[in-house]
Amino acid sequence: MRIVCPFCGERELGEFTYLGDAKPQRPAADAGEDAVYDYVYLRDNIAGVMSEHWYHGGGCRAWLKVTRNTLTHEISAVEPAAGAGAAKVGA
Amino acid sequence: MKYSIFSLARAALSGHKNWQPTWRDAAPKDRYDVVIIGGGGHGLATAWFLASEFGIRNVAVLEKGWIGSGNAGRNTTIIRSNYGLPGNTGFYELSMKLWEPMEQDLNYNAMVSQRGVLNLYHSDAQRDAFARRGNTMRINGIDAELLDQAALRKMLPFLNFDNARFPVQGGLLQRRGGTARHDAVVWGYAHAASALGVDIIQNCEVTGFTRDANGKVTGVETSRGKIGAGKVGMAVAGSSSRVAAMAGLRLPIESHVLQAFVSEAIKPLLPNVMTFGAGHFYVSQSDKGGLVFGGDIDGYNSYAQRGNLPVVEDVCEGGMALIPMIGRVRLLRQWGGIMDMSMDGSPIIDKSPVDGLYINAGWCYGGFKATPGSGFVFAHLIARDQSHKEAALFRLDRFQRGAMIDEKGQGAQPNLH
Repeated sequence: MRIVCPFCGERELGEFTYLGDAKPQRPAADAGEDAVYDYVYLRDNIAGVMSEHWYHGGGCRAWLKVTRNTLTHEISAVEPAAGAGAAKVGA
Repeated sequence: MKYSIFSLARAALSGHKNWQPTWRDAAPKDRYDVVIIGGGGHGLATAWFLASEFGIRNVAVLEKGWIGSGNAGRNTTIIRSNYGLPGNTGFYELSMKLWEPMEQDLNYNAMVSQRGVLNLYHSDAQRDAFARRGNTMRINGIDAELLDQAALRKMLPFLNFDNARFPVQGGLLQRRGGTARHDAVVWGYAHAASALGVDIIQNCEVTGFTRDANGKVTGVETSRGKIGAGKVGMAVAGSSSRVAAMAGLRLPIESHVLQAFVSEAIKPLLPNVMTFGAGHFYVSQSDKGGLVFGGDIDGYNSYAQRGNLPVVEDVCEGGMALIPMIGRVRLLRQWGGIMDMSMDGSPIIDKSPVDGLYINAGWCYGGFKATPGSGFVFAHLIARDQSHKEAALFRLDRFQRGAMIDEKGQGAQPNLH
């Protein structure tokens, strides 16, 4: 598996660290315990195409949003995750 | 058939031409008292304990491929009960105690070999942590010995004791730990369960649940038709989230790939199971002579049953740091299995919120050693609708209650457990 970093180009997997599913959103501070439980612990654990967060620690140190198929490891899209680096590439 | 020295002699005299299949490959009936989804070690052990201990013999085990084709055939065959936290300590010892008489109980040679499991330590702090875990084990009646470097030099002279960065200072040894032949465990439970009337149904993939007006599960829809069930238990490891989703449930589980490796066969070298304490590397030598070893999971969600090269490199570096001479040994095979990584690194054995559906999941990459214990407590739960006392903490709602069993203290990040 290789990831094409939008800042650094194609790099080997060992440069990246995985966080997980990009879908869960931190609930509002007053959202209640059930919403926090859902966010912290429950996962869709998708078998198929999944959007996920990776960190390019061995390169530009940017957070990336990678669209990857968990059944085949095929990567169909890589974009900067929302944050400081995203502005540089117009995302 | 019953296996003994006489059955072996009879078969030998007839040129080994008259061996019969050791279990029945059944076709599905319309209805069972209990249907177990998943024909791996845990599912088959559950069926056997239901039939042998709890008197429920109208049981089917449904397997989407062939029995033992999942993680039961993909692990590194290690058995041990060296856990430190309440919940785990007692449960894994229950499992260890069921490994010891297993072959007689099942009338099947599972090659259970109590050759010892040795966790090496490389610093004073690690020694203290191991001493604490050893003490926890001993006050719970489990064997544990803390060995110093001098003792290890006699026992394993080939270790890289003087590694500049990670010197081997000693180890925590559980002599009753060891290995078992993983496929034979599957076949042994299938053999014994089948003899008690359990139907083992292969190539039968569950595609959905049938439920009554109150939402109670009344059976399963499968690739071989509908099968009614009084109760349904799932023991499907890496597929847990997928099966639970068919009942509308989301689980605190992610599926990750774990790789394992075996080298070419060499003469007897490693007397026990050993683990490197400064990286993640565990190794033993199979009776065929291959070094069987593994390390970390790859770290990303996967259902692919194959991994990537960074972990191969990491595992082999761990091996080289610990036993430099194995660098001359060639790798023979390498494979991946899909682990049901839970949010605290410990399993879930509980009733689900859906009436009639029971969950056995979240084994992370420690499911093999738990096979008999898991089968026993899951059968207890299904038969009596009540958790066995050694599995009472493996509740599905423990994350909501803040009652996690986090052996490594890593928090809700499954790829770190």
